[in-house]
Amino acid sequence: MRVASVAAALAVLIALPAVLSSYQLGLVTKMLIFGIFAMSLDLLLGYAGLPSLGHAAYFGVAAYTVGLLALRVANNFWIDFPAGLLMAAGVSALFGLFALRTRGSYFLMITLALGQVLWGIAFGWRSLTGGDDGLPSVPRPHVPLPWSLTEGVPFYYFVLIFFGLAVGALALIVSSPFGKALVGIRESERRMEVLGYDVWRYKYVAFILAGLFAGLAGNLFVYFNGFVGPSYLNILFSASALLMVILGGSGTLLGPAIGAAVIVGLENFISGYMERWVLVLGIIYVLVTLFAPNGLVGLVRRRLGHSAT
Amino acid sequence: MTALEVDKLSHSFGGLTALADVSLAVAPGERLAIIGPNGAGKTTLFNIVTGIFRPSAGRIRLFGQDVTRLPTHRRAQLGLARTFQISTLFPRLTVLDSVLLAVQGLDPARFTLHRRRAVYGHLLERAEALLADWGLADRAGQVTRQLSYGEQRQVELILALAGAPKVLLLDEPTAGLSPAETASVAEMIRRFSRETTILLIEHDMDVALDLVDRVTVLFQGRVLAEGRTDEIRGNPKVAAIYFGTDDA
Amino acid sequence: MTFWITQALNGISFGMLLFLLAAGLSLIYGLMRMLNLAHGSYYILGGYVGLAVTRATGSFVLAALAATAVVTLVGVVMERFFLRRFPEQELPQALLTFGFLLIFADLSLWIWGGTPQTLAKPEIFERSIRIGAIVFPTYRLFVIGVGLVIGLGLWWLQEGTRLGAMIRAGVDDAEMARGTGVNVGLLSTAVFALGAFLAGLGGIIGGPFVGVYPGADFEILEMALVVVIIGGLGSLKGAFVGGLVVGLLDNFGKALFPELALFTVFAPMAVILAIRPMGLFGAR
Repeated sequence: MRVASVAAALAVLIALPAVLSSYQLGLVTKMLIFGIFAMSLDLLLGYAGLPSLGHAAYFGVAAYTVGLLALRVANNFWIDFPAGLLMAAGVSALFGLFALRTRGSYFLMITLALGQVLWGIAFGWRSLTGGDDGLPSVPRPHVPLPWSLTEGVPFYYFVLIFFGLAVGALALIVSSPFGKALVGIRESERRMEVLGYDVWRYKYVAFILAGLFAGLAGNLFVYFNGFVGPSYLNILFSASALLMVILGGSGTLLGPAIGAAVIVGLENFISGYMERWVLVLGIIYVLVTLFAPNGLVGLVRRRLGHSAT
Repeated sequence: MTALEVDKLSHSFGGLTALADVSLAVAPGERLAIIGPNGAGKTTLFNIVTGIFRPSAGRIRLFGQDVTRLPTHRRAQLGLARTFQISTLFPRLTVLDSVLLAVQGLDPARFTLHRRRAVYGHLLERAEALLADWGLADRAGQVTRQLSYGEQRQVELILALAGAPKVLLLDEPTAGLSPAETASVAEMIRRFSRETTILLIEHDMDVALDLVDRVTVLFQGRVLAEGRTDEIRGNPKVAAIYFGTDDA
Repeated sequence: MTFWITQALNGISFGMLLFLLAAGLSLIYGLMRMLNLAHGSYYILGGYVGLAVTRATGSFVLAALAATAVVTLVGVVMERFFLRRFPEQELPQALLTFGFLLIFADLSLWIWGGTPQTLAKPEIFERSIRIGAIVFPTYRLFVIGVGLVIGLGLWWLQEGTRLGAMIRAGVDDAEMARGTGVNVGLLSTAVFALGAFLAGLGGIIGGPFVGVYPGADFEILEMALVVVIIGGLGSLKGAFVGGLVVGLLDNFGKALFPELALFTVFAPMAVILAIRPMGLFGAR
C-alpha cells in the first residue's frame, strides 16, 4: 500500500510541469528543496531526539560555498556542488563536537548560538561574503545533458532527482540498524547505553548526516535563487525549518516534506497580500504546538484510526 | 577467577557519602543478593558497577579485567547487563522493536546505515525466540507504555537478557508487583541459566533469600555482613537494621 | 589609558544589562527547566512601552513603572495560559515561547515601525561626570548601579528568603516540593513574572544607550544566551559573571577589532563548550 502511494506521488511529481505555470513550477521546486532541508532536520529531531535551532548553519554554509566558488573561482558543477556538501558536513562535524556535549534546552541554546556565529561571520565579513548584501547573480550549473538548467522545467527535474535521491537515502538510513538505534536513543538514552550502544557516536554521525543533507538543500537553493545572503543562516531560517518538521510530523519520513510544502506555499500566498509573514509564522508556531504537536501526519493518522507511533 | 569483583569502592555526592569502602566478589554462576534498608547504597553500587557514576575511589573488575574507567556501553559489550528499579524502557516502541534493539546492541550490524534492518533475519529470529521463551510472544506488537506494570517489568528483564549477559544486575525486579506477579518474576529469575552470574537487589526478603546463594548486607554505604543465606537469616545485626521496617 | 577605562566602564554597564536578562532566563530555567525564548520580546516591549510613556508624559520613572508592569503582565499571561499546558516538556515550551518571540517581533515592527529609536535619559542622569581625564556619562553609572542593586536583591532572595528556598527546592525536585505544600503552580508564575520583570526593566534601562529597534529582541536574546552558556544556565552567579565577561568582551571587541566583533564574544563561548559545557557555574 505504501509503495503504491509513493509511486503515485512520484508520478504526479513527474507530470507536474505539464500542468503548472512556470511560476507555480518554481514554487514547487522551492517546496522540494525545503522538503530536503526539513527532512534533514527531522533526522535530528524526529529520529535522534535532538532539537536543533541552528540547522540553517549547514544549509547556508553550503549555499555560500557554492555561490562563492561559482562566482569567483569557476562555475563548475563537479567542483562546486561536492564542495558545498563537504563544507556542510565539515561544519556540522565541527559544531557537533560542541553541541553534543549537551542535551535538551542546553542543546537548543547552543545550536542557536552556533548558528548565529556563522550568521555573524556572513554578515560581518563583507569582503568575503558581501555582508548584508549577499552574493547575487549566482549562475546555474552546466550539466552534460541537452537541457539548460537556466530553464524552469529542466531545473525542476534536476531538483526532483536530488529530492528522490534524498528521500531514498533517508528512507534507507531510518530503516537501517543505525536508524533504529537513533530512535532507541530518542526514547531512552540510558537504556541504550546499558544495552551496549555508544550513544555519542550515533548522535554524532546523525548530526553530520543531517548537516550533509541540509547542505544538499542549500546547494540547490543557491542555484534556484541565484543568490545567497546572511538570512540563509539566521535563526528565522532555522526556526522555519523546525516548524516545517513539527507541522508535518516529526519522526515520520515524509511528514517534514509535507510541512515544508505547506509553509512554503503559505509564505508565498501571504507575502503576496501583506508583510506580516513573521507574525503568521509565530501564530502557526503557537497553534501547532498547542493543537497539533504530532503534526499533520499525526492528525491524519488519528483520523485513520491508527493507535500509536 | 571471579565474575565480578568490587574493591574498596567509595562514592560521595557533594557532601554525602553514598558508599564507603565496599568490597565484594561474585564467582561465575553464583547468585548474590544485595540487601539493606533504603539509602544503604544498593542502587548507587549498581550505578557505579555499570558505569553510570565514576567512583571516588576503588576498582571494579569484570572477569579479571579492570573496567573502572570504561564507559557503560563498553562494559555491556564485555557481558554486563542490568535492569533498573524504575523501568527504563522505550515508551513509544512496541515490545518487539524494543527487544530487537536489545538484541542488536551487541551485534556487529548495529552500526550499519546502508542496509535495512529487516535484512538481518537473525536479529528478528532471536528477538522472537526471546519473547516466546519468556511468554510475551502475544505482546510483541503492543506499544510498551500500554502494557501493564507487571508486563513492563518482564520486558525490562527480557531486554537485559537479550545480549546473553555473563553478569546480570537486577535492581528490585519485583518492586511494585502483586504477589502473583512477584511469583512469576521470581520464577523467571529462577529459570535463568547458571552460566549467568546474578546480583540481585531485592526488598522482599522472602523472594531474595529464596533465589540466591549468598547475601551481602549494606547499611549506610558500608558492608555490614556477608555470607550464605542461612547465615544471614540468623544474623542478629541484620535483623536489627530492619527492625521496625515493614517488608512484605 | 582613558580609552581602556572608558571602554571598561562601557563594557561593565552593558554587562549589567545582560545580567538582568540572563538572570531572568536562568531563574526561569532553574525552576521550570525551560528556555524562555520570548525573553528578547520582553526586553523590546519594555523598551517600546517605555518609549511611548516617556513621549507622552516626559517622566522616566513613570515609563519604567509602566514598562515593567506591562511586561510582567504579559509574562504572567504567557505562563498561566500557554506554558502551563506543557508541564515539564522542554521542547513544546521552548517552541511556544519562540512563537511568541516571532509574534511580538512582528507586532512591534508593525506598531512602532522600523526606525531605530533611543529613549530619552532621565534628567538627573543627562550629564557626564569628570574624574581626572575621564568623562563618563552618569547614566551608564546609573545602569551599573541598578545592576548591582538587582544583583544583591536577587542574591538575598535566593539565599535568604523562604521564596528562595522554595525556588531551590522546586529546582531540585518538583514532586517533593509539592509534597511539602509548596504551590508549584503559583511559584512558577511568580518566577516567570520575575524573569519577565527583569527583562522589561532591562528594556527600559537599556533604551537610552542601546536603543530600541526591530531586531533588538533577537540580538539581546543571543547575547543573553551566550552569557548563560558561559556562566551556566540556572546560576545567578553565572549570569552576573557571564554578563560582565560578555559585556566587556563585546565592547572591547567592537572597539579594537570591529570586523571580528562577534568572534570576541563567541570564541570564549566555544572554549567553555569545549572544556566545561555546563558553564562556569552551571550544575551538571
